Amino acid sequence: MSQERIFIKGNEAVARGALAAGCKCYFGYPITPQNEIPEFMSSAIFEVGGQFVQAESEVAAANMLLGAAAAGVRAMTSSSSPGMSLKQEAISYMAGSELPAVIVNMNRGGPGLGDIGPAQGDYYQATRGGGHGDYRTLVLAPATCQEGYDMTVLAFDLAYKYRNPVLILGDAILGQMKEPVATWQPEPVAADEAADWCLTGAKGREKRLLKSLYLDEGALAGHNRRLQAKYKSMEAEVRFEEFQTADAELVVVAYGSIGRIAKSAVRSLRKAGHKIGLLRPITLYPFPSAALAALAAEGKRFLTVEHNLGQMVDDVRLAVRRHADSEFFGVMPGNLPVPDDFEGPILKTLAGESLEAC
Amino acid sequence: MYQEEKLVFTRPESVIDRATHYCPGCHHGTIHRLVGEVLDEMGLREQSILVASIGCSVFLYNYLNVDAVEAPHGRAPAVATGVKRARPDNFVFAYQGDGDLASIGLAEIVHAANRGEKMSIIFVNNTVYGMTGGQMAPTTMAGQKTTTCPGGRCAEREGMPLKMAEMIGTLDAVAYSARVAVDSVKHLRTAKKAIRKVFECQTKGLGFGFVELLSTCPTNWRMTPVQANERIANELIPYFPLGVYKDATAGEEGK
Ligand SMILES: Cc1ncc(C[n+]2csc(CCOP(=O)(O)OP(=O)(O)O)c2C)c(N)n1
Ligand code: SF4
Repeated sequence: MSQERIFIKGNEAVARGALAAGCKCYFGYPITPQNEIPEFMSSAIFEVGGQFVQAESEVAAANMLLGAAAAGVRAMTSSSSPGMSLKQEAISYMAGSELPAVIVNMNRGGPGLGDIGPAQGDYYQATRGGGHGDYRTLVLAPATCQEGYDMTVLAFDLAYKYRNPVLILGDAILGQMKEPVATWQPEPVAADEAADWCLTGAKGREKRLLKSLYLDEGALAGHNRRLQAKYKSMEAEVRFEEFQTADAELVVVAYGSIGRIAKSAVRSLRKAGHKIGLLRPITLYPFPSAALAALAAEGKRFLTVEHNLGQMVDDVRLAVRRHADSEFFGVMPGNLPVPDDFEGPILKTLAGESLEAC
Repeated sequence: MYQEEKLVFTRPESVIDRATHYCPGCHHGTIHRLVGEVLDEMGLREQSILVASIGCSVFLYNYLNVDAVEAPHGRAPAVATGVKRARPDNFVFAYQGDGDLASIGLAEIVHAANRGEKMSIIFVNNTVYGMTGGQMAPTTMAGQKTTTCPGGRCAEREGMPLKMAEMIGTLDAVAYSARVAVDSVKHLRTAKKAIRKVFECQTKGLGFGFVELLSTCPTNWRMTPVQANERIANELIPYFPLGVYKDATAGEEGK
């Protein structure tokens, strides 16, 4: 297996990961801070015999993705916050029709037009379905450019394994930061990966139908029951990073870029002798609730750090609720935090003092 | 003497043998039949992928014997773009109503046409939102009463009906754009020819093919099927002229 290390932005790492995973169709629309993905794809995907379309809008891009997914071809779209809002209807349809697709959100500050700086304000949207109806998408939150590459490969595999949309939730830090990335080529996927359900023309078989409309009495209930069972089975995919939690009194919970910055803060506080640990959720849905509950049962306390005004903290509280609660420290959307910003709030929480509202 | 009965009119293989849910006199069923006949005649059934849209025709996929996917309201041309880009060797067509295509999905249809996507669009213009109960559509005639313009569409307030076949016909990447009607046997024949042309644009790789079919919605027009048919001839055709607005296949015939 050839391994090359290249110095690239997180956006490009995601795009290269997609190509390595066999992505053959990319549909996008420009929005900062993710433009390097469509820009890279606009030439690279043709070199692998794929297709690139700069769509007329995010709405159209997401629906092109729906079409390519229905055809059983590995496909992706990417955007940033306002664009993600526009993609939600199609994502709901893809979930309802059980279509595999990968959607990248390089989260920026909101609400509304907000700014183009980093933020994690789209956590609710990503983990609660985001569009209409009862559905879930797997959500992966890379913290490094390398993870951007690796998790995009993983995202395609999970999308096909569960026949479900998979989101990659990054942010402007990840998208715009440059790091060395070891590129690798995963096992090629079987050409007939979608053979038993996708649309190829009804030659020599019964026609196939991919839809989310269920009007007959009880039919929608049955469909939703099946979907919920599928979402439950996704719990097998829970991924997280644990750092120095074994003897920790206080566990910091943070994901993505903020998880990485918080880890630096935890590391330096450890050096100073404080019993701090970190749990970084890598899958935001399914959420590592069981791991957090186990830590809570051991008597640990929690501080959730996010680049928003308090969203994932709800999931942490639900996870630890039988034994503990979680404090919350939020970085204002668009601001760029450094590890030092977290040390004060962590020490205060350790000392049992409550934090000021952010 | 006993004479063997001779079957002279059969169901196209592309059309499934089942009763449709359409109201009496609705032209959706008629248009399905025409589409099915052309698919059969051109031998396209087994390679077809249909993109169904939102509106009364959403169940089209229960009547046509082809692979199909359901698109969100108005987005069929974008979904079809994705399908065609993923599977360029398949025959990809979408079927849309006027609310779907000319209102919420106006951007998707214009841009798919302007990109010259190698796909075929069947556009059913019945001047009203059928499925949701007869609200005003972008194609509703001036003066036509609907549930959201109960006094009749007022041109000053609501604009004039959009002429899609003409608009689409102005785009360079469009191979074929025409408007036909299905209110009479004569018009049915031209309509079928137009559908065939639209499909040929794709099979010959010429580009985007579009046909607008003036059709009835007796229920929401509050008319009998016969009155509704007459309305097409008397009211719609004078404003929505039948004809071919773009034809990249022209001149091919003699070859
Ligand atoms: C996003 C969205 N908005 C609105 C609707 C509701 N809706 C269903 S059918 C329809 C109108 C369809 O009208 P048309 O395309 O003219 O088709 P017809 O029913 O007349 O055949 C609307 C607005 C929807 N399903 N989705
Ligand atoms: S409401 Fe109108 S368009 Fe819909 S089935 Fe009835 S007649 Fe046809």
